[in-house]
Amino acid sequence: MLQFIVRRFFQTIPVILGVTLLVFSLIHLIPGDPAQIMAGEAAPEATVEAMRERLGLNDPLHVQYGRYMGNLLQGDLGQSVRSSRSVVEEIQPRIMITIRLALYSMILSIILGLIAGVVSAVRRYGILDATLMLTALFGFSMPNFWLGLMLIKLVSIDLALLPPSGWGTWQQAILPVITLGTGGAAIIARMTRSSMLDVINQDYIRTARAKGLKERMVIYKHGLKNALIPVVTVVGIEMGMLLSGTVLAETVFAVNGMGRLAIDAIRARDFPLVQGIVLIFALIFVGVNLVVDISYRYLNKRIELN
Amino acid sequence: MSSVEPILQIKDLRTSFFTDAGEVKAVDGVTLDVPKGGTLGVVGESGCGKSVMALSILQLLDQPGKIVGGEIIFNHEDLLQKSEKEMRYIRGNNISMIFQEPMTSLNPVYTIGEQISESYRIHQNMGKKEAYKKSLEMLKLVGIASPEKRLHQYPYELSGGMRQRVMIAMALACRPDLLIADEPTTALDVTVQAQILELIRELQAKLGMSVITITHDLGIVAETCCRVAVMYCGIIVEEADTEELFENPKHPYTAGLFNSLPRHDLEKEELEAIDGSVPSLADMPPGCRFSPRCRYAEEICLQQNPELTPLGPGRMVRCWIYSDGWKGTKEVAHYV
Repeated sequence: MLQFIVRRFFQTIPVILGVTLLVFSLIHLIPGDPAQIMAGEAAPEATVEAMRERLGLNDPLHVQYGRYMGNLLQGDLGQSVRSSRSVVEEIQPRIMITIRLALYSMILSIILGLIAGVVSAVRRYGILDATLMLTALFGFSMPNFWLGLMLIKLVSIDLALLPPSGWGTWQQAILPVITLGTGGAAIIARMTRSSMLDVINQDYIRTARAKGLKERMVIYKHGLKNALIPVVTVVGIEMGMLLSGTVLAETVFAVNGMGRLAIDAIRARDFPLVQGIVLIFALIFVGVNLVVDISYRYLNKRIELN
Repeated sequence: MSSVEPILQIKDLRTSFFTDAGEVKAVDGVTLDVPKGGTLGVVGESGCGKSVMALSILQLLDQPGKIVGGEIIFNHEDLLQKSEKEMRYIRGNNISMIFQEPMTSLNPVYTIGEQISESYRIHQNMGKKEAYKKSLEMLKLVGIASPEKRLHQYPYELSGGMRQRVMIAMALACRPDLLIADEPTTALDVTVQAQILELIRELQAKLGMSVITITHDLGIVAETCCRVAVMYCGIIVEEADTEELFENPKHPYTAGLFNSLPRHDLEKEELEAIDGSVPSLADMPPGCRFSPRCRYAEEICLQQNPELTPLGPGRMVRCWIYSDGWKGTKEVAHYV
């Protein structure tokens, strides 16, 4: 198991290298002259040249990439063009907000999704099953920004129960977390249900019953652990969706997280900042997938690294 | 044999599946005694209801299957009157079951040790350590090589034969009085089959338990059973001590089964088969269920289903041939 984790960890290195290459290229892939765009369209030639010099765009590409990587290894993501602060300084106060938001939403998704999925599977074709699955259908059919707006309208404005915006108190966290977690919960619920239905008909479930186990033990110990294997994969993919979802949720609920920072940076054409944010998001995604693969291995002993 | 007190008595058991197309009577009034310390074989083609009967004993039927009538007497108590909780205590403790598919009957995500020790923990309230120690003993008992290593392995690391040994270890962990073996060797290689049958027989003698062997293989019956019941379309058509049945099958269906065995000692060019096919359980012939395929069938066979009637000591047959009114031959041809 430890060997698996170490090997799997080293496998992320090429991925991370690829990500840095892509992020680095971002600045050159956008149409037009990056220096001109960042300096502003009406900027005089001298200002543009100064910007070009500041970003080191006059050097050959490999030199630029080398410098970029060198800085990166020292924890330097460059300078924001708009503010005088470094990209790291810009991101630092925001990153935990976004990670928390994503994490809480994920936890909500997993808990709700698993419970609904297992209950549906056990009560298959019953009224509860139909109700839960219909709710799930709504859950993932709804765009989350719309759900967010509806929640603000209903809960914050009409009922005045929870604050409509901001981040800090637990009351402020509830609506964004629901907004972000619903879609995932719905997908996990449906996945868990079908996976569980598949497992319930397996021979080893009959063996567990023949042993004299309680039905609860049969379902949760012998059933769920097997049913989780495909669900874990979905959770991994869901986490990626969730990260991009934070951009929307943070905008709708005026949460000062990475997502909003990204929107602001793109609007302001602050490319170093955009690069930094994209890189951080990518690293988080790689990390999450690492965790997913490890738990996958924990659940399914047959997985081997080739 | 029939004088021995039975450990399990099945009386007029009826199990049906309630489907959209209506009630399907998978087991339609089966009466059987399992001799104490002995082995009862239940033989029949696929779909004759023998597995459903076995699952009915432990009440492990999947939806939409339901026991609709009868009694199952075990230790002077009717299992069908017991609550789910009481049944849980009996399953794996007093009556155990092993299944046809060793490859899929073990849970892939738990170790062998975890799965065997579970029985001890639920039925005998043992701690983890003690249960593992007992599990190790069981693995030794069923003849698994390097049991210490196997204890911590997962099912995918074991061959089919070994997995069936593990299943047996699991089933016998709590020393049950009765083992139901549902086609225990069907999925195994012939050489492994013999080993598993030998193991069951050996353990039966050692632990003094009774066994119900469900199979379609007459060879297995000959090797392991002292008594046989032949099942056809949810009912018993013949019941006898094994030797007698093999020497002199009375029911045309039983005779047909013997005749369709490949034989090398007789100069037969072709393998004989029973004509026609098993009728659908949802659409039974009105008379004897075997009558459409029976070469001896007369008018009465097509109209009325015969009763299971005694024919000598310990011998039962469900056939009009042996009734007083029968005009035709009373000899059923077979090559044994």
